Amino acid sequence: MTQASGAASGPAILVEGLTKSFGEVRALRGIDLSVPRGTVLGVLGPNGAGKTTAVRILTTLMLPDGGRAVVEGYDVVRDAAAVRRSIGLAGQSAAIQEELTGRENLEIIGRLYHLSWPRARGRAAELLAQFELADAADRPAKGYSGGMKRRLDLAASLVGQPKVLFLDEPTSGLDPRSRLGMWEIIRSLVADGTTLLLTTQYLDEADELADEIAVIDHGLVIAAGTAEQLKDRVGGDVVEFTVPDRTRINDAAAAVAKIMAGSGEAGGEPHVDPETGVIGVGVGGRGSEALIDTVRALDAAGIETRDLALRRPSLDDVFLALTGHSAEDEEPQGRRRGRRRGQRGGQRGDKKETERTTT
Amino acid sequence: MTAVAARPGSVAPPSLRLRFGWAVTDTLTITRRNLLVWMRVPAYLMFTVIQPVMFVLLFRYVFGGAIHVPGNYVNFLMPGIIGQTAAFASFGTAISLAQELKKGVIDRLRSMPMARSAVLAGRLVADAGRMLATILIIVAVGYAVGFRFTNGVLAAIVMVVLATVFGLSICCIAAYTGLAIGDEESVQAFGLTWLFPITFLSSAFVPIATMPGWLQAFANNQPVTFIINAMRALAMGGPLEANMWKSVACLIAIFVVFLPLAVRAYRRAG
Repeated sequence: MTQASGAASGPAILVEGLTKSFGEVRALRGIDLSVPRGTVLGVLGPNGAGKTTAVRILTTLMLPDGGRAVVEGYDVVRDAAAVRRSIGLAGQSAAIQEELTGRENLEIIGRLYHLSWPRARGRAAELLAQFELADAADRPAKGYSGGMKRRLDLAASLVGQPKVLFLDEPTSGLDPRSRLGMWEIIRSLVADGTTLLLTTQYLDEADELADEIAVIDHGLVIAAGTAEQLKDRVGGDVVEFTVPDRTRINDAAAAVAKIMAGSGEAGGEPHVDPETGVIGVGVGGRGSEALIDTVRALDAAGIETRDLALRRPSLDDVFLALTGHSAEDEEPQGRRRGRRRGQRGGQRGDKKETERTTT
Repeated sequence: MTAVAARPGSVAPPSLRLRFGWAVTDTLTITRRNLLVWMRVPAYLMFTVIQPVMFVLLFRYVFGGAIHVPGNYVNFLMPGIIGQTAAFASFGTAISLAQELKKGVIDRLRSMPMARSAVLAGRLVADAGRMLATILIIVAVGYAVGFRFTNGVLAAIVMVVLATVFGLSICCIAAYTGLAIGDEESVQAFGLTWLFPITFLSSAFVPIATMPGWLQAFANNQPVTFIINAMRALAMGGPLEANMWKSVACLIAIFVVFLPLAVRAYRRAG
């Protein structure tokens, strides 16, 4: 465990009961987070869940309404200046001066971190090499590709060698290849012992990069734990298959709905995606037994299937089970609320849940 | 990069003297950055330098013949053009700040341990430099088309300084609107809707006496007229004192109101 110098001990980031409203909109309704030093927390949630608000408060850009947030032992409100000396931030867009070259961008940031000119130059050259921007270093950033701009932006957030790094949706808007490249870079940063808080809408990204994941929806942490723990909460394995004949998709769902009846295990409610024709059923620990039952049930109903398989649940399943909607789609407020209230029954009975349904 | 390397921001809070020193160097760093950006973009140079030069030529050779003033029109015109140019320099301030806000540059700077005053201070210092350079170019163009300072070198310098301070005061208003509105197109539109009337409905281009009576009431009693009249008196001689006092009072009032507003908008930005 990396022990940082100074007064700070305990977790690198500690958040307790943080709240923030914008007029009528309650962006954060009391979130708690704890990120041990040298680990990665993935904050996962759809657009408008409150992720960016949380990051803005933790990076001293915004004051909370209530609750407490501590970064590297410093309170983000009372010791904002000390927090700023410990953190790096890369936001959702590339916050770089496009008219200037990559090198100039980093040198200026270095100067603003009060490095001497030679050290600012040295640090810029080091980061340009590390982020594979050395060849483009003396060209205006305007001409960089999207991936290069984001890499430069990330490099800028590291000029001050932060102990805690905040990345707000670091790969949004990137093509798949740049995204993989970004993951590679982020992994290497973490290997250095930097504590990282990363927000994302992409479940695979959180799964790939984070040690722990906090799922945020409508300003509340609705689940937290490792990816494995979250997956276990869905109720174990998932039997999944595709129905090529879309007209029979409801028959298929009805047929498999029965397979978990009487088993006394969680799961069993089939999730149907009418667009792709994919049906998934949580089957708890019944694994291969449930797989055989599914084949029999579908065979009895005379439904042809493709790609029938037993798999571990993805974070997508987790999100669906927790919120009633998938992470990527954003539904109208009213419809979503209604649905959630309906299906909540006893899934989680803690204090916050009560607060949420009453508001 | 290794964890052993010295962290640039030490954990101990910096002394007051060190913080003041940083405020100065941070301001200079931002100033340097802004001037670099300005010189890197031909369009900025175009708008800040070419446009006023075109105005000089337009009024000198196209409209000038139809405008009658006591004495030489080009001498009457130049202080007006310089005043308007200084005021219009504020577009750059507002648009740049709005862009930086939108792109997250301001967020990044605010999350860094740099002096909080430096972004605005550096912006205003760079804008003053930009304005001064533009004004000197326009004066040179003015000299080429027959303009002459007829009141001595010292008064001419005071005129340039007055124009620059006037421009800076408008930049404060622009910085506030740029940070408060945060969208470059809206900021530009907003700037045009008040800067165009306030500079044209003044003594900048024509004698106010030629305007209809109701318009004269406005044009005679607004800050741009005070400042242009003071600049004209400095450039060509004539009654200075009343206009100078009124100008200084207006400038102080603008700074007192809009500088704190701009600072507040910066702190709350985003």
